[in-house]
Amino acid sequence: MSLSAYISGLGVLGPGLTNWPQAAAVLSGTETYRAAASVLPTPTILPSAERRRVGRTVKLALAVALEASSQSGEDPAALASVFTSSGADGHNCHELCQALSLAGREISPTRFANSVHNAAAGYWSIGTGAMAPSNVLCAFDASFAAGLLEAMTQVAVDQVPVLLVAYDSEYPEPLHAKRPIPDAFGAALLLTPLRHHSSVAKLEAALSDLKFERLTDPALEGLRSAFPAARALPLLRSLAMRTQGTVILEYLDVSRVQVRVDPCV
Amino acid sequence: MNPLLLKHFTATSCIGIGAAATLQSLLEKRSGLKSCDFETVDLDTHIGEVPGVDQTRLPEDLRQFDCRNNRLAELALRQDGFLGAVLEAAERWGRRRVGVFLGTSTAGILQTELAYRERDPVSGALPASFEYGPTHNSFSVADYVRRRCRLEGPAVAVSCACASSAKAFGSARRMIEARLIDAAVVGGVDSLCLTTLYGFHSLQLSSSGPCRPFDVARDGISIGEAAAFALLERAPDKVDAGSVLLLGIGESSDAYHMSAPHPEGLGARRAMQAALASAGLGAGDIDYINLHGTATPSNDRSESQAVAGLFGTATPCSSTKGATGHTLGAAGALEAIISVLAVKNGLLPGGVHTDEIDPALKIRYLKDNRRAPLKRVLSNSFGFGGSNCSLIVGSEE
Repeated sequence: MSLSAYISGLGVLGPGLTNWPQAAAVLSGTETYRAAASVLPTPTILPSAERRRVGRTVKLALAVALEASSQSGEDPAALASVFTSSGADGHNCHELCQALSLAGREISPTRFANSVHNAAAGYWSIGTGAMAPSNVLCAFDASFAAGLLEAMTQVAVDQVPVLLVAYDSEYPEPLHAKRPIPDAFGAALLLTPLRHHSSVAKLEAALSDLKFERLTDPALEGLRSAFPAARALPLLRSLAMRTQGTVILEYLDVSRVQVRVDPCV
Repeated sequence: MNPLLLKHFTATSCIGIGAAATLQSLLEKRSGLKSCDFETVDLDTHIGEVPGVDQTRLPEDLRQFDCRNNRLAELALRQDGFLGAVLEAAERWGRRRVGVFLGTSTAGILQTELAYRERDPVSGALPASFEYGPTHNSFSVADYVRRRCRLEGPAVAVSCACASSAKAFGSARRMIEARLIDAAVVGGVDSLCLTTLYGFHSLQLSSSGPCRPFDVARDGISIGEAAAFALLERAPDKVDAGSVLLLGIGESSDAYHMSAPHPEGLGARRAMQAALASAGLGAGDIDYINLHGTATPSNDRSESQAVAGLFGTATPCSSTKGATGHTLGAAGALEAIISVLAVKNGLLPGGVHTDEIDPALKIRYLKDNRRAPLKRVLSNSFGFGGSNCSLIVGSEE
């Protein structure tokens, strides 16, 4: 079975990157990259009670998921999804560990409910009304490629459109010293089994032994290596350049994921 | 879906280390729950602790992965010849062709909880010995197992709260179907920690006594820990007598609330329906349902509505959580293995600690063990975030 899918929507948000069109301009070299802290929008799709409860990671995931799903005209409520992240909500995790280290060990029930790795997927389902399956993964630094493989196999095997959402944000100290993710970065891809009016390219994925690619621009390579979700950048650059070719993405220590990109003309 | 062969399996929980001990406890209706004496936890609750986890040693070359969760994984991998069966599969298919898909909700977070007590009083720094990636991170257990088994195929942790390790079967199934791999180590590992014990307590979802699923006086969960693994391969054209297959998987989302189930169990019903459809079966083809059955008032009510709505009131059902406790991210895999044991041994396990079945829950809940030939069992797992997954295992296509 060939592992292929069309990319029919994209979302990007990160330091100095505000959305896919702007990120595409930066990645293709038509706009200069300017480092700036990530700006995370308020998730307006959530009811107000939920909106107050969510942290930066959920805001990040929902923002890129909405951007990618809005381009195709697909109803987000009908979309299966794959969420992949190395660490979910670092601030929430810190607050819980801090409270548990103190006498009394009083922890907030909302913090506990939000501590699950699938919090962003849960809020996405609540916000969009999506009852379709949603899988939530972690593969540490390999989380993006692991999510891409999961989403591509869902598209190929189940023949359904799948929204892939990769996102990572920072831990505060003292965990930050152990896992130094500097800010927030997310990328979302809407993958469809059939070509769509909004399709930008056809992808074909496979496992590979070849060396993975880095980005030549030091600032963009800095992003790629700082955020597990930004391991997607070589693929995003290829989509931005609209060139045909094969991209080798970083995955596990023993293997890489190779993606053949054929732009839709 | 094309059925998959559960070529080898093992389970470790508070009712038994390994499959034979687990079966024996089910036959004797023995519960492993006890009053909570875990670590420094000061809560009026019951837990399902696996004995001997702290004494388990990881191999020298994997010491950086040392934490309670990976010790539990190690202890479980050593049972039932599981490790040997995986090494054999790697030999047969090639290391690159065997994947690892493990569900966990909290992985080694206990290690971080302990490290926070040892922060430097001046700088606030965590101790130098604390390793984030191989212990705290959700992937740590999948990374440990793939290294322990010397596998080089795709590897991932599935973390959808209490549906995690049921959904891991879905990821493995798709990757085998897509022919990226030929075999998969699938399972779940979750271990006791302060986050879940104090967390469920803060939500007033844990019981002070042993949990009583579907009882009229049920008042919350008992947290347990478990590690359960299966080796999955494509089913051959001719399946050996006595083999058990994974026949169907269904997944859904509630789109309702982060920590409460849909009141009518709509998401749960959708997952069960999808599992039946993927197996090409009807509701009447299921001989026993291993319920999610956590013993919170709302979870059991919602699940009973979903089950009664789809299966009617005649299909025998029970929850094994009165025996094992709720093993959270490991529950899906543990209960899949219990379902396999049920099929292999013709055992419908009665629910332990349930005295008076809640008359408002209109399903056929088994309090006592029954012995009868079983062809197909459906197992439910539902989690926070509204994540739902149902598996169907059986003795034939």
